[in-house]
Amino acid sequence: MSAPGIAVAGLRKRYGATPALDGMSFTVRPGVVTGFVGPNGAGKSTTMRVILGLDAVDEGTALIGGKPYHSLRRPLSHVGSLLDAAALHPGRSARDHLLWLAHSQGLAARRVDRVIEQVGLTSAARRRTGGYSLGMRQRLGIAAALLGDPPVIMLDEPFNGMDPDGIIWMRGFLRSLAAQGRAVLVSSHLMSEVQDTADHLVVAGRGKAIADAGVTDLIAAASRGRVALRTTAGTHAMRVLAHAGATAAATGHDTITVSGLPADRIVTLLGKSGVPFSEVSAHRATLEDVYLELTREAVEFRAAMPTEVSR
Amino acid sequence: MTPATTPYRPGQRAERYGFLQLLHAEWTKFRTVRGWAFGMVAAALMVVLVALLAGTSSDQKGSPSVPIGPGGEPVTDSFYFMHRPLAGNGSITVSVSALRSSVPAGPADLRPGTVPWAKAGIIIKQSTRQGSPYAAIMVTGSHGVRMQDDYVNDTAGLPGPVSAASVRWLRLDRSDDTITGYASADGARWTKVGAVHVRGLGPTAQGGLFVASPPSVHGHGTRVSVSTAVFEDLRVQGHRVGGDWTGDQVGRMRPALHAEWTKIRTVAGPLWLLLGMIAVTVALSAGAVSVVTCTSAGCGGDMTKLSLIGVQLGQALVAILAVLVISGEYGSGLIRTTLTAMPHRATVLAAKAIVLAGVVTAAGTIAVLGSLLAGRLILPRHGFTTALGHPALSLTDGPTLRATAGSILYLILIALFSLGIAAIVRDSATGIGVILGLLYLPPLFSQVIGDPDWQRLLQQMSPMSAGLAVQTTADLRDLPLSPWAGLGVTAGWAAAALMAGGLLIRMRDA
Repeated sequence: MSAPGIAVAGLRKRYGATPALDGMSFTVRPGVVTGFVGPNGAGKSTTMRVILGLDAVDEGTALIGGKPYHSLRRPLSHVGSLLDAAALHPGRSARDHLLWLAHSQGLAARRVDRVIEQVGLTSAARRRTGGYSLGMRQRLGIAAALLGDPPVIMLDEPFNGMDPDGIIWMRGFLRSLAAQGRAVLVSSHLMSEVQDTADHLVVAGRGKAIADAGVTDLIAAASRGRVALRTTAGTHAMRVLAHAGATAAATGHDTITVSGLPADRIVTLLGKSGVPFSEVSAHRATLEDVYLELTREAVEFRAAMPTEVSR
Repeated sequence: MTPATTPYRPGQRAERYGFLQLLHAEWTKFRTVRGWAFGMVAAALMVVLVALLAGTSSDQKGSPSVPIGPGGEPVTDSFYFMHRPLAGNGSITVSVSALRSSVPAGPADLRPGTVPWAKAGIIIKQSTRQGSPYAAIMVTGSHGVRMQDDYVNDTAGLPGPVSAASVRWLRLDRSDDTITGYASADGARWTKVGAVHVRGLGPTAQGGLFVASPPSVHGHGTRVSVSTAVFEDLRVQGHRVGGDWTGDQVGRMRPALHAEWTKIRTVAGPLWLLLGMIAVTVALSAGAVSVVTCTSAGCGGDMTKLSLIGVQLGQALVAILAVLVISGEYGSGLIRTTLTAMPHRATVLAAKAIVLAGVVTAAGTIAVLGSLLAGRLILPRHGFTTALGHPALSLTDGPTLRATAGSILYLILIALFSLGIAAIVRDSATGIGVILGLLYLPPLFSQVIGDPDWQRLLQQMSPMSAGLAVQTTADLRDLPLSPWAGLGVTAGWAAAALMAGGLLIRMRDA
């Protein structure tokens, strides 16, 4: 496949005076899970709707496998998507919901049973979706996304409302989809959810991509060779380390993060000065750290408006 | 041991807590949601519906409308078409060296197989519209070379399957309305397969290559097949060629219709609404003809119109169904799934309109004929006999037939009108409120208005008063509009609403 799974370039869109998208650009490659993260209102959902041809943009292009969505014949066999798991008719069974979708693509009913089995909904498939838990609806949404066996999968907040079992299942499932060579884009506003799933990360803030890099690169960049030190004699240790030219900061009641000195030098120094310590290790930033650092500027509605403001 | 802490007691105490407070809370809930006032009207009608339901149940089976061919018959018209506009006379030649098909062997598992009527060849067609006239020459899965035109004519040519070892050459010549097909095994010696007259190809037709893979009925649904063909040595001679080659799937409508039909039949609401519509229509009509009596000649009155009065109530349920078909999807967000699966929005609205028209035709026919039958059975017992100048209602009577057919058409038009309005306003309660207002308020106003000219104008303009003129069979001179012209007004409302809805659904973000 020459064209990337999803290619988004320079999307701009305003709702009245509020810019929803302000030059959003990124690509989603086949074979990896790409996490799409950012605070609420950063433009994640709008971007996904634009990719699917649901919302029009003022500027920019969004292509699936090199083509705009409107030109796709049998679109569900090019891209499978889940925008809102609750978007169901409560009186229709899961199987019937998938059946009309299959009919819209000229697919056989057998395909419906296959995807129901894949997401583990077989026993509940003939029940009305009105009685489903949010986790079950998410599974149904995934089944709908898989219906056309597409090379591109795009899911908006698929972890929402899932229990721990469901989250573990979803992680494994997404990774297996990518392992089959599909391009997988998964949005989330919770970093911990994508940390163990995504290989690549697009961080959105104020309507644009403020980072577009591999997860390991992002973490390495945020760690910046810092060393984590665990000691009960914090003040003493910090004095010794500062004297040797390092920068030390207390990060917990018995933990200190040190930068400017390698770990072996720290061990030697503390040993010489008789400072007791129980652990010295390379500090590993979490995606949460990376994310907070990157989005600090981009969070528009901190505290004042804790609710979802994106449309 | 008693704990030292005193339990928390709320500082504010309600003076009273009872039914009035509950009532107040519910009223606050109600008045703070816009559109619920409209919903109330609908709710009232639903109560009537539930009360009148006779506990009947029926299994409605049917299929959505299909394209209509040049001969007026329903046709199947679905294939992949690589075409360009071809003006005037000329010929197209191509060789086919393979036609392979796959059929489902298991879940999500397509295996090579035989599709006897898989087709690949040359076609000249009026347009890419489904049902338009055409002539084609093709190789098939196991029926050799065939020449076919206008969906019903078929002539056999060279027998035997096509393969790299036995290549088939095909040629289609156009000379005005005459299309001649030739086949050859070597591209040099040609055998004429047939010559056909195809009406309505027009000066510029769409010509090119096509592959078709018919589905077979299998269990609960249709089993798809996929076919591919290898074409070589394509030559176009003579025709003035305009435009580029374009690939198109002819028949985008079919999957959209199939999907919308599946949607409407897999929820209980539409069936109940339609049964309710039949029940209220027949019940009101039967009630109306039960309370009139005739004791001497010259009772007068329009008994056909009276027998069909139930339509005035039944239409409300048709309107509610039509609104819910689309606004229900906006309410739940399902519309996004629909438009993601079927990005051509006008096609989606058209598919919904056709499916809706189909089910309303079925239920409307039962309701209207049921009402007429009630009149036919009940009226004679109340003195409306042939002796007193009232022959039994019969469809052999011209005006009665017009009133009956017109009433069914009226219900269909109300459904389409409501669908259009719902596509514009998107919200269920608002949509139902707007429709019921547009239907029932003008007749009320026209009673209040004193000025006869204004009254007449209102009756001519209102979708219900004008449209139901079609039910009138006596004193036609007193009508503000002739019966068919009146139905035309309703059709105008429906067309305008659907067009505005179609335009908005295309323009707006979903």
